[in-house]
This record gives sequence, C-alpha cells and structure tokens, in this order.
Amino acid sequence: MTTTLLSEQSAETLERVAANTARRKQREWLVKFGVTSLAVLLLSLWVMPLFYGVVTSLKTKEQIADPKASILPAAAITVEFEGKEYDVYSVPFEDGTVRELALYKKGRQASTFIDPNNLSAEPIEWEGIWRQLDQARVVSPTWSNYSEAWTTVKFGQMLWNTFFYATVGMIGAVSSAAIVAYGFSRFEFPFKNLLFIILISTIILPPQVTSVPTYAFWVWLDMVPSWWPLIIPMFFSNAYNVFFLRQFFLTIPREMEEAAKIDGAGPFRTFWSIILPQSGPAIVAISLFHFFFAWNDFFGPLIYLTGARDQVPITVGLTFFNGIYASQPQLIQAASIMTLVIPLLIFFFAQRYFVQGIVITGNK
Amino acid sequence: MSFVDEVTSARKSRRLRWRDMSNLKKYEAKWGYIFISIWIVGFLAFYLIPMVASFGFSVLDFQLAKPDDIQFVGLENWRRMLFEDDLVWLSMRVTFVFALITLPIGLIVALGLAILLNSEFLVGRDLFRTLFYMPSMVPLIAALFIWSGVLNSQSGWLNRLIEFTTGYPAVGLNGLRWLDDPSLIYIAYTYIGIWGVGNAIIINLAGLQSVPTDLYEAARVDGANWFRRLWSITIPMVTPVIFYNLVLGLVGLLQYFIVPYILNGGNGYPENTTRFYMIHFFTNAFGYADMGYGAALAWLMFIVGMLLTLALFASARYWVYYEAESS
Repeated sequence: MTTTLLSEQSAETLERVAANTARRKQREWLVKFGVTSLAVLLLSLWVMPLFYGVVTSLKTKEQIADPKASILPAAAITVEFEGKEYDVYSVPFEDGTVRELALYKKGRQASTFIDPNNLSAEPIEWEGIWRQLDQARVVSPTWSNYSEAWTTVKFGQMLWNTFFYATVGMIGAVSSAAIVAYGFSRFEFPFKNLLFIILISTIILPPQVTSVPTYAFWVWLDMVPSWWPLIIPMFFSNAYNVFFLRQFFLTIPREMEEAAKIDGAGPFRTFWSIILPQSGPAIVAISLFHFFFAWNDFFGPLIYLTGARDQVPITVGLTFFNGIYASQPQLIQAASIMTLVIPLLIFFFAQRYFVQGIVITGNK
Repeated sequence: MSFVDEVTSARKSRRLRWRDMSNLKKYEAKWGYIFISIWIVGFLAFYLIPMVASFGFSVLDFQLAKPDDIQFVGLENWRRMLFEDDLVWLSMRVTFVFALITLPIGLIVALGLAILLNSEFLVGRDLFRTLFYMPSMVPLIAALFIWSGVLNSQSGWLNRLIEFTTGYPAVGLNGLRWLDDPSLIYIAYTYIGIWGVGNAIIINLAGLQSVPTDLYEAARVDGANWFRRLWSITIPMVTPVIFYNLVLGLVGLLQYFIVPYILNGGNGYPENTTRFYMIHFFTNAFGYADMGYGAALAWLMFIVGMLLTLALFASARYWVYYEAESS
C-alpha cells in the first residue's frame, strides 16, 4: 500500500506516510513490550518450582517451617556479648531512622538495646514493644545440606548405577536401532509395510501390558533383582528409535551407496562406512533421547531392582530417600537438585541436536 | 511426517510377492530381513510372546509366591475383574476423568505457549524457548519431590504466592491443601503435567513455522484480525500436530503411574481420587504378586487402549487437516 502512495509523489501524501510509519513503529514497540512482559510473567510462574527447589535446598529445617521467614535462606543475626548470644532486631526511632540493634534487656513497655558494631558504647533505651520488631536477617545458604544428602544415601553409588544403566542401554538401543532402521529404509521385501506398521504400533502399546509374563519369566530365570531384565531388551531395538533413524536415513542421497555397491561393498560394509558417518547428528540426538529416557526410567527399575538397595538407580533411590527423610525437606530438595543437574547441563550444551530430534519425529 | 501419519499412509503402497521377484530382488530382500531380524527377534521375545503369555496367565490362578501351586481357573480372573472388583471401574473412571481435564488444558497450553514463543514481537525468543523447555529436562522423580514442596500447604510457595497476590488465606492447615483435597488434586496434577509439555511446545512451534505465510498475507488483505487468523488459519493448519500430541498424551495417561505413586503413596489417597488404572494394576500384579489377575488387568488395559486409539484415528479424518492427500 505504501508503494502506491509513494508513486503519487505529492508532498502531502509523503508527510502522511511518514506520520503513519512513526505511529506504526510506536504501536509495534507497545505490542513488543506487551508480548515480552506476558512471556516474562508466564516464565516466572513456569520456573518458580525450580527456584523453590534451589532455595529450599539451602535452608535449614527451621527456616522452611517458619511461615514468617524470608523467601531466601536467611538466618537471624546474633551478637555475642559478655559470653551470651543476643538477637539483632531492626529498631525504628522517632526521627525516622531504623537501626539494627541487639536486644539486651527485654521489657514490657521499653527495652534496652546494644549496638552490635560498638558493644562497649552505652546501652540504648527504646520505648515500645520488642515483640513487634522484625528480626534482622542475613542471607546464609546452608551448603552442608548437599554433602549431608550425598553421604546419607550413597548418592554417588546411585548416580553411578544410573550412569551405567543409561550408557550401556544407550549403546544397545542406538546400535540395534540403526541396523534395523537401515533395513527399513533401503531394502524392499515382502510384508515390509505390514511389519513397519506393527513396529510403529508398539510405540502406542504401553510397556506395562507385557510386564506381567516378562517379569515372571525373569523371576523364573532367577535374574530378579538384577540389571539384566532392564538392559538385555535394549539390544533388540525399539520402535521410536528405529522410526527416528529411518526418517533420517531416507534423507541421505543414495548415490554414494550405489557407488560403493558397484565397488563390491556388501550391505554391512555400506552401512558401516557410508551411512553411519553421514548420520552423526541423528545418532547424537537419538543417543541423548535414550540417555534421558534411562535417567528418568522408574517403572522398570522399581519392579526389577527394589530388592537390591545397592543397585538401584537414582530415580528409585530418591523414593527410598524420601521415605527415610520425610521430615527433612531441605535434604530431599538437595537430593532432587543433584539429580537434575546432570541432565540439565547436558541439555544446555546439546540443545541444538535435541530440538532437531524432536522436530524430526513429531513433524511432517 | 510423524509416525502417526505414517500409519495412515503406509497402507497405500504396492505389494511385493516373493515368487514374482527376480534373483537380484530376492538378494536385496534377504538382506532387508537380515537387518530387521534384530527387531523381529525382539518383537517376538518382548511383545508378541508376552502378549500371548499374558492372556495365558489370565486364565490361571498364579501367585508368584507359590510357583508350584498354579491352577487353571478358566475365566475366573476375568469374571472377578469385570463384575466383582469395583476398583477396576473406579480406577478406569479416575483415569478418564483426569484425562478429560488434563488433556485439553495441556493441548491448549502447549499451543498457546508455542504461539507466544513464535511471535515476531517477542524479544529474546531463543532464550525464552530454552527456558520454557528446561523443566521438561528435569527427571520426573526429582521434579515431583520439588513439586511436593511447592504444593505444601504451609511452607509451599504456591499458597504463599496466592495469598500474597489475591489475599485469599491459602497458607496453613485450613488453606489450600493441594495434595490432600479431592477437589484440588487434579488441578495440582494438571499443573505438574503442564510443566513437562516442552516436547509438545517444540512440535507445535515446528508446525506453526510450516504454515505458508501467503495464507496470512491473503487474510490480512481481506481484513481478518488476529483472532480470525488464529481460528481460521493457524488452528486448522496445525491440527496434525494437535492430533499427534493428543495420541501421545492419551497413551501417556493410560500409563499414568509415577505421579500418584510418588505424591500420594499409590494407595488412592485422598478418597480414591488418585487410584488410577495403572496404580490398581501395579498393586495387584506386583504388590500382591498375583500374576493371573494382574495379567487379566493388563489385557483389559490393552483392549481399552486399543479401542480408544482406533477411535481417535477414525475421528482424525473429520477434523485433522492433511494437505496434498494425493501424494
């Protein structure tokens, strides 16, 4: 529209256009401000629980229970004087100033305070009810909650268990899925479509449906409790990973494979030296997916490992922890924060692969 | 294409027959089978045979504690499940009531946030996207312990926030007891669920970005306002994404277990509102180690889940928009 107005070349319209653009700019700024503030507001609600977790993990038990305590982990300030501890309060004076003074002698109508910075000075008389004063506080995180949570439940052992389970499972899941996905993406064979539909429908089948006989089978093999029932099935590929890698393989041009075939390379060789080297990002993405899946897995370890305390991963271990320390919320929060640190760090560094990966499977 | 679309399109392609194939094709097919054989073995060992075995178990009286005393009882477990065990129907109702509350809210929040995060007017879009996705990376168990603190009626921040902003006395034993009050529990669970919609947001974002911009320009020329464009272009164009998220959401809810197990002890508290179907299944199959009855419960879940998924796929052609149907 602006272009047609400009073509008329009259000074009057040019002026009007300039005014219009200025107004539009202004409106755009307003909308930008509104949209961004909305996002900030929603985001603060969104991440509030994380802040709660971090802050609470640094408090003492008393600071959590006290409804009047500040949001941040703050401890009351005390002053030692003549071998005794005195609490420091914020004391308002008639001239409008507020001083932080230690309560020395409590009285009903008037109390005596001392200046914590100058203990040898004369005590200060203050008229008023000391119970209505606010205690002075200073931010003091209780870092020892972390070391306490770490040692009380063998956190390091559980972390190692989870890491081991995630890594071994990842190797099995990704390598088997890559092989199967290559079969589905490059070869024609009878019943391929039917088999592929069956494969995909297992994504929708809840794993719990098959869990009863599978569990009985592993018990019969005397492998419960152990890691075997959780790790062995990983080496037989899973539908989600196969689908993901197949989608990726389909986008790789076939020319190089044809050339390799003419040079006499067999299918396995082609797969190993042509397809895999070109699939780096997809392999990274699917490995990350599996790693996070394993880090989160709960139902499997719960039924197969509950009897073996030293072997449980962090997810199941946290529930034991919760059972023992239900009255120590600061330790539970510290343990939860320690559990989420590693996945969160990996996510921040590998974000790009991750987001691409979700889009490949979810979008057309 | 998402795997959901794949199911609908895969049927249409042509069929290969072994006896019509040349030797070269047979060689190729043989290698195809070799590559997928890993999956076939896994499918037989961990899906098909357990499914059949599960049905076999369901006609037995099979207590894991007494492996030498297994008896054939016919359809006794099925009779008990369908006509005697009231908790089966109760837990199914709980699961569906919660699904009806939480699925629409989850879908709307995911789409709404995606629209916000896709807005050209949002300053710092990439940062916002990362931060909104972040909670989805928190391991669920850790997230639940954090949430149980946030929702605590006395020391939790949610009640403090409500009291601070609205003045409603939410804090305290007589305040809002999110995890103890049957009328609040699903709201609490939904809030927790919404926290993990990161994947749905990203998929929605990709869907929004694939809407052809000329549609919006044409609508703008015709004088359509923002709401009109949202309703008549954006939403119809992202229905495939909504459908995909709906299928995944439904599948996830049928397996809903960890949240009630961790936050409410897995015993239905308060007043059986958290006795989800999976909780009932877990209690019988692994709590009481009743393999026969557990297998019957698993089969019922499979049948119901199957029927629901089929119904959902059948409904897709009435409301899901697919462009270029001919391809």
